[in-house]
Amino acid sequence: MSRTLILGGALSALVVLAALVSFVWTPFEHTAMNIPTKLQTPNGTHWFGTDHFGRDMFSMIMVGARTSIAVAFVAVGIGIGLGVPLGLWAAARQGGWVDEVIMRGNDLIFAFPSLVIAILITAIFGASAINAIIAIGIFNIPVFARVTRGGALPIWAREFILAARVAGKGAGRISYEHVLPNIANLLIVQATIQFSLGILAEAALSYVGLGAQPPTPSWGRMLADAQTLVSIAPHMALVPGFAIILTVLGLNLLGDGLRDALDPKLRVARV
Amino acid sequence: MSLLSVENLSLSIRGTSILQDVSLQIDAGEVVAITGESGSGKSMTALAVMQLLPDGSEVDGQIVLDGNNVTAMDEAALCRLRGDIVGMVFQEPMTALNPVQTIGAQVAETVRLHRPDLDPATHASEVLARVGLPPGLIPMSRYPHELSGGQRQRVVIAIAIACGPKLLIADEPTTALDVTTQAQILDLLVQLAREDGMGLMMITHDLAVVAQLAQRIIVMQNGAVVEAGDTPALLTSPQHPYTQALFAASNHQVTLPEIAQTAPLLRVENVVRDYALPRTRLFRRPATHRAVDRVSFDIARGERVGLVGESGCGKSTLTRAILGLEPVQSGSITLDGTPVFSGGAPDLTVRRRMQVVFQDPYGSFNPRHRVARLITEPFHLLDTPPDNTGDRIAGALTAVGLSPGDAQKYPHQFSGGQRQRLAIARALIIQPDLIVFDEAVSALDVSVRAQILDLIAGLCVQYDLTYLFISHDLSVVRTITDRVLVMQAGQIVEQGATEAVFTAPTHPYTQTLIDAAPTLPASSKTKVMQ
Amino acid sequence: MLRYALKRLLSLMISLAIASLVIFAVIEVAPGDPASFMLGINAQEDTLAALRAELGLDQSKLQRYLGWVVGMLQGDFGTSYQYRTPVAEMIGDRLWVSLPLAIYALTLSTLIAFPAGIYAAARRGKAGDIGVMGATQIGVAIPNFWFAMMLVLVFAINLRWFSAGGFAGWDKGIFAALKSLTLPAIALALPQAAILARVMRSALLDVMGEDFMRTARAKGLSRAQALRRHGLRNAMIPVLTILGLQFSFLLAGGIIIEQVFYLPGLGRLIFQSISARDLIVVESVTMLLVFAVIVMNFLVDLAYAAVDPRLRARA
Repeated sequence: MSRTLILGGALSALVVLAALVSFVWTPFEHTAMNIPTKLQTPNGTHWFGTDHFGRDMFSMIMVGARTSIAVAFVAVGIGIGLGVPLGLWAAARQGGWVDEVIMRGNDLIFAFPSLVIAILITAIFGASAINAIIAIGIFNIPVFARVTRGGALPIWAREFILAARVAGKGAGRISYEHVLPNIANLLIVQATIQFSLGILAEAALSYVGLGAQPPTPSWGRMLADAQTLVSIAPHMALVPGFAIILTVLGLNLLGDGLRDALDPKLRVARV
Repeated sequence: MSLLSVENLSLSIRGTSILQDVSLQIDAGEVVAITGESGSGKSMTALAVMQLLPDGSEVDGQIVLDGNNVTAMDEAALCRLRGDIVGMVFQEPMTALNPVQTIGAQVAETVRLHRPDLDPATHASEVLARVGLPPGLIPMSRYPHELSGGQRQRVVIAIAIACGPKLLIADEPTTALDVTTQAQILDLLVQLAREDGMGLMMITHDLAVVAQLAQRIIVMQNGAVVEAGDTPALLTSPQHPYTQALFAASNHQVTLPEIAQTAPLLRVENVVRDYALPRTRLFRRPATHRAVDRVSFDIARGERVGLVGESGCGKSTLTRAILGLEPVQSGSITLDGTPVFSGGAPDLTVRRRMQVVFQDPYGSFNPRHRVARLITEPFHLLDTPPDNTGDRIAGALTAVGLSPGDAQKYPHQFSGGQRQRLAIARALIIQPDLIVFDEAVSALDVSVRAQILDLIAGLCVQYDLTYLFISHDLSVVRTITDRVLVMQAGQIVEQGATEAVFTAPTHPYTQTLIDAAPTLPASSKTKVMQ
Repeated sequence: MLRYALKRLLSLMISLAIASLVIFAVIEVAPGDPASFMLGINAQEDTLAALRAELGLDQSKLQRYLGWVVGMLQGDFGTSYQYRTPVAEMIGDRLWVSLPLAIYALTLSTLIAFPAGIYAAARRGKAGDIGVMGATQIGVAIPNFWFAMMLVLVFAINLRWFSAGGFAGWDKGIFAALKSLTLPAIALALPQAAILARVMRSALLDVMGEDFMRTARAKGLSRAQALRRHGLRNAMIPVLTILGLQFSFLLAGGIIIEQVFYLPGLGRLIFQSISARDLIVVESVTMLLVFAVIVMNFLVDLAYAAVDPRLRARA
């Protein structure tokens, strides 16, 4: 196991652990306001300090991890659930009209500035975590479709696929039986990358008020709250910022570590 | 003093020993062949002379080239040496050239680097003309993708000889080329070496390629030189047992059992297969390329038929059509009277009677499945899998010389030759009427190839196999088939009993093929046939 | 080459047509009637109907779509529901904040990423490579709007080198205008530069493993020379792809960064219009952004062909 993998795995595990523990325990009630103790810098009682309402930031970060993870996780699920079958289908019909339509559709989605569309969707259909998930998830579909197709095409050129065709197997069965297991590593690595991008996107949407709504805590909204107070209470911006950076860093390191451990030649898309 | 003198060269890469105590000499104007099977270290020896070894290499010993001790030189001095004193030609002409630069610029670059006194463009055009690419015919503004494989290899040669090096290293320069192109490139290399008085180090796995043109042959095995000597002496009386085994394997002959002529099994009648070319205009019907052009032949039950031809002649297309994987535009392919292609859904009753063995022992198995699952894949063609699957697996594995215990292993646990045995087991397990061997021994080292040929001959005795053996290697087809078809540009130009076609070809193309195919001199052949 | 360009142009037109349909459809299914939103809940039915007629909302969907598209082609983006002024005018000034910001950031990102990526690739596995890659790993993880806040904290509030927000305006001179875009551009560019540097490095490392690089070395080129003369151009194809995608990210990212710096760009316009349900503005601004991205992709396609002769031939 490489150091990258261990460090990335540990950071990612830490965040997941924080989110899980928050269901049963947080140092303080994360919504409990206490004006007299507002804007405290990190100290023995409030490990990460308090915000402008005197809420305990450590507790808020723990509960906020739930939102980040849930949004990113479901968004990646949407991307895999729709993108992988589309990519497999396109690869099985390489050069045909199905392939053409799927890939042109992909290009078209890529042509939309993703964040703008996410903003549009959440603005029109209302700001909520669900809409944020859908908005982020839609843009995961072409990523997975493209990576799947890219990984599947060289597999389709291998002779064991021809052998399976000689054995009378159809394209669907070959895709499932022979292609998918051989691109699983690629998809796992890509999923960790999309997961980290999902966390960044959720933070951005929440920051502009279009993600999870109060009282659901979210790291992005904590940063929005911090903006006007950044000169007098920098910790309010630093704490959620570091939470995001460490989570994303951990996931990216995990992805790189997995890639090196599984197959250093994997070609993942990074945008 | 020799032009190149390698003394006690040892090489290890990240702790793995690659070469041990390799010593060899090449004189000016001398053509020396280094031969051996894969893993023998012949290519690494060449790269050591160029000092272009992979990162993590540790070299011990001495390499003196034209008075320069290259192992002790710094990088700047080596850069002055490479391209000027020593040039190198690589195996894969399709990837050895920069795809985004014109061929003229790539040749001129060598000149500019080492010969400031010459005009790069003018000299490049002269060099290209020398290697058979006169700028009047092939403009220097061409990009590599606009040239054929043979032409690209000529450009690579032009780059290597542009500055008149004293030593030219050619690493499997013709392995990726067709047999007729191979002959031309070999002639060109030897002619250039003779005209310029260059030393030529020719690295090849195919002894026959160098038998006629090398003055000396060096045989390597597992990173060491096992034998070296003048070509005639080495060919007629090889001393080392490995050399003897190598010669025997190169000329390996098998005896096929007699066959009783019976009714045709496979019948190919007037088959035409067109491919649509990419559209050039949006609303115009795309042009087509006729890959298979009115091909007809029969294969009788029990017959072993060969199909030879160069790349692009339509062999692979014909194979896929016979296997029922692709439709044909006209004509018919029937197995015992039933059409092999039945539209979108494969007709299992026909499919189960044909199996195929492919070329690439590494690509023909899904690396994630175990042997038992891999070789029973054809059972998918049966309505219900046989109840004695376990016995059938054991039987098939035993028949190809593996053990029943191998069923639980993964393909990466087998060598190339063993995987080819597995591929044959997969084809045999359903007891097909017809097996197609598609370049099935082409990727194997000669000694392994000999074993697989023996296996196939043995299976003919045991199972009365009927097969179509597709290969570009004439010597293999000659020994493993009863009848042969010669294919050129989509058409069967000649067919007949194998021995008759080889001894007295009637079509000029067959003649060209046979003449171009390198063979070991008869002296060595008779010597090693026990 | 010309044929290739025409083909790409055709595909650009098709993309634009489909994109406009999608955007129109999304806005169309948006809940809420702009007219009643503008007049409030107590509006009379006949006043509403009159307003709807004025805004063209009583026409069929097809008429409205065609009217919108044809109008845009003539530079007429419709009339704002909220301000009753031509949308084109509202967009005009703001475009001159958002577009320069995106280009400024793209330039910065390229200027940082190319040398960093080449340097790391040339020193693969050595301390320099590990340092650059570590930095990019962190850079990739930083949310740009948070980074923007930190830049404000350090360079505007503490050091007072820049103002904390606002846009000087182009009439105050190019220098003043660029200065007010500098912190936003850095905030946008650095995380993107980290990604671009990583892509540059891995593209170069891939190319270094190619056979033709060995041919180049056998000619007598040093490692660095071979990289420069043969590696770079071949590595440009994946890099160009990412560069094209980054433009889209920078335009969109700019929308959020404009919030941090109170820049009067398209981002602020879109947010104001969303909260005012001024959907015609939202529709047109979105279309404009998509147009910019599609044109950028077209330019990237042309750049591919300039780099790779095989693409010119295939068209």
